[in-house]
Amino acid sequence: MSDTPRAGGPGDAEEPRDSLAVPEPGSEQVVGVRQGMFGDSGSGDTSGFSELVETVAMPGPSARPYGGDFDVVVDHLSTALREAGEDIEQAIEHVVVDRGELTLRVRAVSLPAVARALRDWPDLRYELLSGVSGVHFPSDTGRELRAVYHLLSLTHGRRLRLEVTCPDADPHVPSVVDIYPTANWHERETWDFFGIRFDGHPCLTRIEMPDDWPGHPQRKDYPLGGIAVEYKGATVPPPDTRRSYR
Amino acid sequence: MSEETPRTGTDGPDGTGGTGAPEDRAPEFTATGGDWKDVVEQAANLGEERIVVNMGPQHPSTHGVLRLILEIDGETVTEARCGVGYLHTGIEKNMEYRTWTQGVTYCTRMDYLTPFFQETAYCLAVERLLGITQDVPERATVVRVLLMELNRIASHLVALATGGMEIGALTVMTVGFRDREVVLKLFERITGLRMNHAFVRPGGLAQDLPPGALEAVEEAVPVLTRGIRDIEKLCNENPLVKARMQDVGVLDLTGCTALGVTGPVLRATGLPHDLRRSEPYCGYEDYEFDVVTRDSADCYGRLRIRIDEMYESLKIVQQCVDRLRGNGGPVMVGDKKIAWPAQLAIGADGTGNSLDHIREIMGTSMESLIHHFKLVTEGFRVPAGQVYTAVESPRGELACHLVSDGGTRPYRAHFRDPSFVNLQAVAAVSEGGQVADVIVAVASLDPVMGGVDR
Amino acid sequence: MGVEEKVPSGFLLTSVEKLAGYVRKSSLWPATFGLACCAIEMMSTGGPRYDLARFGMEVFRASPRQADLMIVAGRVSQKMAPVLRQIYDQMPEPKWVLSMGACASSGGVFNNYAVVQGVDHVVPVDIYLPGCPPRPEMLMNAILELHRQIAGSPLGAGRVAAARAAEEAAMAAVPTSRMKGLLR
Repeated sequence: MSDTPRAGGPGDAEEPRDSLAVPEPGSEQVVGVRQGMFGDSGSGDTSGFSELVETVAMPGPSARPYGGDFDVVVDHLSTALREAGEDIEQAIEHVVVDRGELTLRVRAVSLPAVARALRDWPDLRYELLSGVSGVHFPSDTGRELRAVYHLLSLTHGRRLRLEVTCPDADPHVPSVVDIYPTANWHERETWDFFGIRFDGHPCLTRIEMPDDWPGHPQRKDYPLGGIAVEYKGATVPPPDTRRSYR
Repeated sequence: MSEETPRTGTDGPDGTGGTGAPEDRAPEFTATGGDWKDVVEQAANLGEERIVVNMGPQHPSTHGVLRLILEIDGETVTEARCGVGYLHTGIEKNMEYRTWTQGVTYCTRMDYLTPFFQETAYCLAVERLLGITQDVPERATVVRVLLMELNRIASHLVALATGGMEIGALTVMTVGFRDREVVLKLFERITGLRMNHAFVRPGGLAQDLPPGALEAVEEAVPVLTRGIRDIEKLCNENPLVKARMQDVGVLDLTGCTALGVTGPVLRATGLPHDLRRSEPYCGYEDYEFDVVTRDSADCYGRLRIRIDEMYESLKIVQQCVDRLRGNGGPVMVGDKKIAWPAQLAIGADGTGNSLDHIREIMGTSMESLIHHFKLVTEGFRVPAGQVYTAVESPRGELACHLVSDGGTRPYRAHFRDPSFVNLQAVAAVSEGGQVADVIVAVASLDPVMGGVDR
Repeated sequence: MGVEEKVPSGFLLTSVEKLAGYVRKSSLWPATFGLACCAIEMMSTGGPRYDLARFGMEVFRASPRQADLMIVAGRVSQKMAPVLRQIYDQMPEPKWVLSMGACASSGGVFNNYAVVQGVDHVVPVDIYLPGCPPRPEMLMNAILELHRQIAGSPLGAGRVAAARAAEEAAMAAVPTSRMKGLLR
């Protein structure tokens, strides 16, 4: 297993392996800390492995040149946003090129403008929004909840990821349903599971869970909710309360 | 008899709380036997012209537990909404508590008609996170393609069979399931299970093809060809099928891209978008097959596309068999820190660990035993990051968004399921049409509720 | 239920029991309650290869009012549980429930917030069928076992006595977690 993420992506049969940028070392974004080797604390672990502390760091911003056609995409986006009266430096917090994929961290308020530019600008033309999903990093204070948008350009054959963060205290992200109608159910699902409120969504209700379900199940502070399994003479606790490797 | 009941706070099994004051709630009729005519008469007497009909979640014609809420005006559907979530299993959250290899057994059960596609999407994502995409042995990749294409045939057969059953063509159902048995027998021979095989593992496959499997696949190809031809004869020029499916459920290219719909529905509009061609994975650039399109954008076009795609899949299966014949090789990545340690072999009781491996870890080498133990219980660690890998499943773009925090478990596994997205198009394809066309249109979108609800 | 329940014990009751049991098991009509993967295996069992029609069960009644057997095939989510109960309540007596698959029997692989850990939390189950998913032959085995149960089920006074005996046995039984077994 290699520690440096290698660029492996679609069509990389032609692309020389090292031509795409990698995140700059030292720029990793620390999102949390993992303590202990085993998942359950207070279970009488005397091995000493519970003292292990490991920082969890996601790949950080990359520097130009990004490689492949990612530079072209970001340049077009810059032009498109300028035409729309936005400044790319304001709208895009940073650009990550990791494992052959381009991720743009977008500021929440600029999301609709960026999405519209990506969809409508002829050289960008990301017509298809594949999906919106959420990720929850409870230790990344101020940026706990993320909404991740995956875009596909049918015309140019490119993929792009947009990431929008919002804090737990004020989980609001503008909705892109006006721009990509397919986001309707995806945003409902992300609201259902993470509690991210999409402002401007026509009907932000629960979609997977029953309508009166309390809580947002896929958040990290929501338990898995299983029951202990009974065997003859013993019970086995559910996976999230068991002692197991992290 | 039908009776009129004032709507209370919770109506019925779905528990949707009623909103609004009691006096402006619409009267609710429960048709529990008796004559539909009476219900309609009572409703007409009220002066209400629009009736809200709830179909499902338990209903013979809704593909699984789908709840369709239709507002109908006579026979015309004015509004169609879907209630989903009746099969929500919390698979994505459950995967966060299992190791990377164990995750395969969970994701395989999402869209239960296309288990191999989910497994492959997930394993490609794990491999991309690990950076070993180039190191997966070729034999493993070719077998993955073989299994995926056989799965595509099985899935399309179910789609056509259940679609036929829903329009009343029960013979299509029996023929479809008869041919599906051929494919399931092959799966059982290769993986041990008919469905929900956890066969594709990060790094390769769980085990190699058993002896005789390749010959069985080759023998099955003409059988399947004949079977698909039977369905063709039953459906293609059938005047009833045409009458019920032509110009029904029309969704043009603009609608498809706006709604994010992919797969046969998108290809029925004429756009030849197939991820196997546009973003090849698993070596698909080396296979010869055509991307099937039609330009009618209706249910009939999607039916024809599915049948033709089955023929194309058979072509690919034959090419896979030719590649595998006589070419041995490993089926798991060479890096011992990632490869699932069991060298499985067909033992006396059917399957099990290779005796040589057991002899080695139990008898000879303590380090091997510890290594095996750690790899099975703790699993391997994947460097932090996120990826999005997409495969072309029979229903459209099936993708896995995988986030790793550097640990032994997925931090977040999200599957972009094609059925979830395609089902959003129900309103677009059925509003303005007849009630009976809703069934046909939904069947042509081919939603599988396991994938929708995950 | 019907007049067969009022027959006094004796030779006549035994004959009626045998006849009623035979007739009931021979044309047991399942209600379609296919949820997930097990539903596909259930459909395969009704398909031409593993023909379920030879046991009188081909007719999968969509309406629970006309069905005898509810085969709960698949994982029951929290949202679906009230629907399951409603369908069960809509079925007229005599009715039986077969919980097909690991998810219906005990929650299966999914020990989490979303899945009911066994449909016996919601409806009374007559026969459990493990498997993920169970093969069609396994489903047929379970159905034939249920047929045996139905054919031999007592009526009238015998049924009351059997129910009471079953309840007393259950009350007196050792709970699973107190049994001495392999984990001790």
